[in-house]
Amino acid sequence: MKFAVLVFPGSNCDIDMYHAIKDELGEEVEYVWHDATDLSEFDGILVPGGFSYGDYLRCGAMANQSNVMAEVKKAAEAGKPVLGVCNGFQILTEAGLLPGALLRNKNLKFMCRTVQLKVENNDTLFTNQYEAGQIINIPIAHGEGNYFCDDETLAKLKANNQIVFTYSGDNPNGSLEDIAGIVNERGNVLGMMPHPERAVDALLGSDDGLKVFKSIVKMWRESHVS
Amino acid sequence: MSASLEPTQEQIKDQKLYAGMGMSDEEFAMVEKILGRLPNWTETGLFSVMWSEHCSYKNSKPVLRKFPTKGPQVLQGPGEGAGIVDIGDEQAVVFKMESHNHPSAIEPYQGAATGVGGIIRDVFSMGARPIAMLNSLRFGELQSERGKYLFEEVVAGIAGYGNCIGIPTVGGEIQFDPCYEGNPLVNAMCVGLIDHKDIQKGIAAGTGNTVMYVGAKTGRDGIHGATFASEELSEASEEKRPAVQVGDPFMEKLLLEACLEVVKSDALVGIQDMGAAGLTSSSAEMASKAGSGVEMNLDLVPQRETGMTAYEMMLSESQERMLLVVKKGREDEIKAIFDKYGLDAVAIGHVTDDKMLRLVHKGEVVAEVPADALAEDAPVYHKPSKEPAYFAEFQAIENSEPQVADYKETLKALLQAPTIASKEWVYDQYDYQVRTNTVVAPGSDAAVLRVRGTNKGLAMTTDCNSRYIYLDPETGGKIAVAEAARNIVASGGRPLAITDCLNFGNPEKPEIFWQIEKSADGIAAACNALNSPVIGGNVSLYNERSGEAVYPTPTIGMVGLIDDLTQVTTQQVKQAGDVVYLVGETFTEFGGSELQKLVHGKIFGKAPRIDLDLEAQRQEAILTAIREGLLQSAHDVSEGGVAVALAEKTFGSDGLGVNVTLEGSAVTALFSESQSRFVVTVKEENTAAFEKIIPDAKKIGFVTDDANLSINDESGNLVTGSVEEFRSAWKGAIPCLVKSEA
Repeated sequence: MKFAVLVFPGSNCDIDMYHAIKDELGEEVEYVWHDATDLSEFDGILVPGGFSYGDYLRCGAMANQSNVMAEVKKAAEAGKPVLGVCNGFQILTEAGLLPGALLRNKNLKFMCRTVQLKVENNDTLFTNQYEAGQIINIPIAHGEGNYFCDDETLAKLKANNQIVFTYSGDNPNGSLEDIAGIVNERGNVLGMMPHPERAVDALLGSDDGLKVFKSIVKMWRESHVS
Repeated sequence: MSASLEPTQEQIKDQKLYAGMGMSDEEFAMVEKILGRLPNWTETGLFSVMWSEHCSYKNSKPVLRKFPTKGPQVLQGPGEGAGIVDIGDEQAVVFKMESHNHPSAIEPYQGAATGVGGIIRDVFSMGARPIAMLNSLRFGELQSERGKYLFEEVVAGIAGYGNCIGIPTVGGEIQFDPCYEGNPLVNAMCVGLIDHKDIQKGIAAGTGNTVMYVGAKTGRDGIHGATFASEELSEASEEKRPAVQVGDPFMEKLLLEACLEVVKSDALVGIQDMGAAGLTSSSAEMASKAGSGVEMNLDLVPQRETGMTAYEMMLSESQERMLLVVKKGREDEIKAIFDKYGLDAVAIGHVTDDKMLRLVHKGEVVAEVPADALAEDAPVYHKPSKEPAYFAEFQAIENSEPQVADYKETLKALLQAPTIASKEWVYDQYDYQVRTNTVVAPGSDAAVLRVRGTNKGLAMTTDCNSRYIYLDPETGGKIAVAEAARNIVASGGRPLAITDCLNFGNPEKPEIFWQIEKSADGIAAACNALNSPVIGGNVSLYNERSGEAVYPTPTIGMVGLIDDLTQVTTQQVKQAGDVVYLVGETFTEFGGSELQKLVHGKIFGKAPRIDLDLEAQRQEAILTAIREGLLQSAHDVSEGGVAVALAEKTFGSDGLGVNVTLEGSAVTALFSESQSRFVVTVKEENTAAFEKIIPDAKKIGFVTDDANLSINDESGNLVTGSVEEFRSAWKGAIPCLVKSEA
């Protein structure tokens, strides 16, 4: 399976995403610069964290204007897995690939810590390797991770089981319904504020994030073997 | 001011206009002699800024010469953007610490942010990938609104810049004392990693080669920042806010990535940050180091504002800019790399063989001065030094114990003292994990990063107890280095080298200069004893507000090498049943201690004694025990003494506690700040092997599974309480003071 790690000016978790795929998963991966106009050779798209274009405007708003985003939309329409983490999640909401928005943390400060997440839905392209309701340790590092959407959207998210991860115990940033990660209706686009790519090696504290990537690969293999 | 309105050469001299730029009559006369004529306005500006203390070290040079700067591991000592130390496998670690005190005192967010930005550029200008940031901060005791504001905004500025650029902020230290109320200290340290083959220098070599300007455009911000940094703060300093620059971490991220691509090209000859004194220092220093000259056409400098004069362009300290020297004819290759990142890369001049810095603006030569005169020939002052009266008084005071009524409440009060209290409120705002190499996060003795692709780790820390240094600068200087080394050793690393940031008051006061000299003696002695040469750093003088100096604060930044990541050791106790040992002798030593400050509200007396031979021996022994896999945990004993060290060892240990029995007088046993001590834990089956390495280690108790902290002496219990009770006091103190949640 071949992954693209998108690189916008100001992306800074690109290298972590790259190493997670290459070193820990052993799959093919390439960096793709923001002006790329063709992603057809890739089987999965990873939108990493960071401060794209400095995030001086609304987080992710500028990145959404990049050439590559039109290609990301095509990939999503084609049913390819698209994972946005942190700034990547913000970019995917700006692109309209995921509903809702990420507001400033309730304490108005950037926060970096390892939090506990609950796997709310393990029947997705991204979570099939987890147990239902499993509690996992994944780091967060963001200033705008406070998920918000209107009531109608929330009802839809719930009805379609689109809420994939919630914060377990303390809700660090004030997210609606403790939401930490959601998928689109079709289930092939996941956005999450916590960083699974930072939790792929026990040496650094946790490898609970590795199963997000393993899940993607497993589903891809199954659909490409049959 | 347009160039035509600038004062004439005669006006500059007659009306002593140079004095407003911080230049003395004698210095102006020297400039006149060097040039053989009167300098014009622009030239006066060049000299004033290059001869400021900040750029020339004219007051501190005689002191800096005391430091050992060589060693088999040192690849680059002081004099370049940052020092470089070998770590084997054709790799090296690059690091430096720098102050941004004055800007932070009047515009804390941007002052701190640009301090971070500047030190990062120093590291990547060497060709290194920055891998970690640390800092060392000093504030008042968080009692005033202004004090809280400075603290919160400095932390936010460090976070804002470091998080955005994507370099983890992994460690540091903060102390709080009333002496920093009006003049906080903000020292930022950057650590980078490099392959030997990629090491760059800031040289303008090769006559005819092209001088290129890259990065952000030049504006009128930060003009005379270096001069501003070289005078005392006062009420009028608020007016100097325009001398503080504004940082753009996104721009720096682009510049960083572009420069790290450029250093792989053999078209590059030299590269240097435009830091303090911007275009002036980078061009003059690069020429001087290469024994060459540089001619630049200022019309070509990318400008953010219209109508800028030569003077303004040369003295601007606009951020996120670099000066490159490139092989002639290969400019397009370099430009293509910067184009990819949307950055300016413009040929603005060339290298000459006449050793002059020559500036052309609007078709005229507007400045023509010897590059060496700017970069090397600043006067060196041997300031008068005088032992302050307080020193003899303090030395005459016999050591004694402060009165303590309730040991437990005293321990809690110490844990709530902001200097000792948890800094989680601070580091929670720093992304300390990005780039996924952080093995030991903030909160232990030293931060540890893995070196990706190897089994090695780098331990790093900052340290300086300025109270000891105030009481006794020489002893305190030794302690600062020794304690930094203890942090590295307790984490499993061998100290490699240090960088220092010498923060002092006004050196023109003989008592202040005495503090500088004596603490440098102490630092030098400890560096020699612990095999940790000084590979770079910075000097920040005039840290005074309305005539009151800060305590002498020569901050030490140290990096150590961990040969094998399995040897990484942290301070938390690991397992019930493990034996707790105290390594090192405890004496009645409370001069400058947290307990003394708590009980008496001030500090006095003698600093704790330190024997550097013993220190070196003990550190070696601890390192041996770690390398033989005998230590479950290790923590040095510092502020607050053994009681605080034991409490810290239980925090974050998940249900564990300790039960120990100490010898000697209770107050001394619990709270003395005697040096060269560690508290370690050892598995029962390893105690014999451990005692062979450190025969005089005292077995003081056990790790328990009851989540209680219990400290006794021969006569009974001194302190008992749940770990949670102490932890919540320790953790809640700073959020409570600033009335803001983590």
